[in-house]
Amino acid sequence: MEFKVPTMAELMAAGEEPEILFWVGCAGSYDERAQKITRDICKILHHVGIKYAVLGTEESCTGDPAKRAGNEFLFQMQAMTNIEVLNAYNIKKIVTGCPHCFNTIKNEYPGLGGTYEVIHHTQLIQDLINEGKLKAEGGESFKGKKITYHDPCYLGRGNGIYEAPRKALEILDAQLVEMKRCKSNGLCCGAGGAQMFKEPEKGNKDINVERIEEALQTNPQVIAAGCPFCMTMLSDGIKLKDKEQEVKVMDIAEITARANGL
Amino acid sequence: MVAQILFLVLTLAAIALFTVNLRKIIRNIRLGKPVDRHDQPQKRLMTMLRVAFGQSKMVVRPIPAFLHFFVYIGFVIINIEVLEIMIDGLFGTHRIFNGLGGLYNFLIGSFEILAFTVWVSCAIFLIRRNILKLKRFSGVEMKSWPKSDANYILITEILLMSAFLFMNAADAKLQLLGASHYVNAGAFPVSQYLINLLPSSESALLIVERSCWWFHIIGILAFLNYLPYSKHFHILFAFPNTYFSNLEPKGEFTNMASVTNEVKAMLDPSFVPAETEPGKFGAKDVTDLSWVNLMNAYTCTECGRCTSVCPANITGKLLSPRKIMMDTRDRITEVGQNIDKHGAEHQDGKSLLDDYISREEIWACTSCNACVEACPVNIDPLQIIMELRRFAVMEESQAPGSINAMMGNIENNQAPWKYSPADRFNWAQES
Ligand code: SF4
Ligand code: SF4
Repeated sequence: MEFKVPTMAELMAAGEEPEILFWVGCAGSYDERAQKITRDICKILHHVGIKYAVLGTEESCTGDPAKRAGNEFLFQMQAMTNIEVLNAYNIKKIVTGCPHCFNTIKNEYPGLGGTYEVIHHTQLIQDLINEGKLKAEGGESFKGKKITYHDPCYLGRGNGIYEAPRKALEILDAQLVEMKRCKSNGLCCGAGGAQMFKEPEKGNKDINVERIEEALQTNPQVIAAGCPFCMTMLSDGIKLKDKEQEVKVMDIAEITARANGL
Repeated sequence: MVAQILFLVLTLAAIALFTVNLRKIIRNIRLGKPVDRHDQPQKRLMTMLRVAFGQSKMVVRPIPAFLHFFVYIGFVIINIEVLEIMIDGLFGTHRIFNGLGGLYNFLIGSFEILAFTVWVSCAIFLIRRNILKLKRFSGVEMKSWPKSDANYILITEILLMSAFLFMNAADAKLQLLGASHYVNAGAFPVSQYLINLLPSSESALLIVERSCWWFHIIGILAFLNYLPYSKHFHILFAFPNTYFSNLEPKGEFTNMASVTNEVKAMLDPSFVPAETEPGKFGAKDVTDLSWVNLMNAYTCTECGRCTSVCPANITGKLLSPRKIMMDTRDRITEVGQNIDKHGAEHQDGKSLLDDYISREEIWACTSCNACVEACPVNIDPLQIIMELRRFAVMEESQAPGSINAMMGNIENNQAPWKYSPADRFNWAQES
């Protein structure tokens, strides 16, 4: 990175408070592919001059996969520990790079004593575009490229966010094509509900294969995603279909960073 | 006079029987755990008006929505006709609402047109189910009873509508003949075409008219009593079911309060938890589910819209959210029957999990909420699946091995993967 990513601890030591906390999430922290997206989100935040910080090593799993697997104990242990940290830093506003973290912190933490304004990074990007701070200029041109967007369940159906990611793509002047199953009718990538961490039950096909076949029917050059888990599932699907050369799976944050030359 | 008494007895018996069965179902629903769904009455009312009354979620599939709409409107409006039949039956009058004049003709005319559209829609539905064999109506859970249930009801509706139209045709002909008792009333835009099919003698017409009249009303009373045994119960329960449906974002799962107490005590030894009765975590049987889950089960129309959008089911896995709902209903009905036969304490040694729903089914769910979104009456199969998972994990510690490994990692490394927490910020070091 050409700049230093500020942590809460550092800001606190300097007696400062950030405007927004960037909650990175486990995938964003450890998964190699997702780390790139994490860095791109930082680049965007840095570029527009928002005062932000991350928790760094003080961050911990939100507990989402434990909760969806049925382990409410482990979830609440995680949640309460995280809430203690967040409240100690007096956090008000959070942006996440993962719809699962987003959903959990936004909807499930308030009942356990952690109430914050939580947005997903695609919503942040939408706001920045609306404010004229991101223009999709000065970088790679996506003009005329065929892009199809895969709705993550926990962003779309889970929380009704369909417009923000599309807004981020519209500004590219690209050719947006919708899959047959999109928006509230979108098909899961197959990773949610803790499926990411286990072998699928036996069936005719894996869910991500079904999804990638549908995405490929639109003949896209780019499949846009907004979730690190969808990213893994869709990339695996593309590899399986041997289409890595023709079709790229990219997060909205990556696309935005590239289009703005960040 | 004999006819009036017979009518009275039949009606009272039908209503009594229906009440007994309805109360049993309500009793069964009350076997569920409490959950507060009385907040935001205005929003709830709007949801009910939009989804149940306005059929807003049906429009996703325009053809069945269109046909269903006719059957639905027909059902609502025909109740006015039933009211007249009731009064006529009890007091020996004929077409008592005749006094409404032009409005009456308009009403009868609309009933006829609706009866005809209901007839046609039901016929198309029968064809879709039995000849076109739509995938949505098959599946492992749609064998035997659920399959015939749908057909019975469609055939019954066709018969009832036919009786209604032939009754009107005979009536119209009797009116033309000037038969006493058959006052000039009503307009017959559909049944006028049936008149020529009928005999011309007054006595024969009287027999046709009366038998259709009795068939029609007995059919309706029988239909009423068939409902509690059928998926067609949704014509009543769709309303409370949508009213009490979940208003929170679909991604939000409940935070179990009983767990909160224990976790607080673990994190802070000085915390004194409020007295809560020890209960099970999650659900093994239907009585561990909430009353809303059980009401959902009685409301399910077995339409299969949930299953047809379920990613697990689409890719050939065992999981079918419709089956989850039907299993829940079958099991709660069985529990209710046990109570009736052997008293409230009786245990039959069976449970929803394992005897009805297998582990393989519950672990195939991605919690994607597609089923919840698709359900035209706001049923939530995912909540039941989650409660079963909670039981498997928290009460029995029986999760697939890799899930246990993931949970172990979160406990030890604060991430679902086996990485050191110290490495969590390494991403910022690379370019
Ligand atoms: S939430 Fe579960 S049961 Fe419902 S559609 Fe998704 S995978 Fe299927
Ligand atoms: S749960 Fe809803 S969508 Fe599924 S079969 Fe029942 S009524 Fe239809």
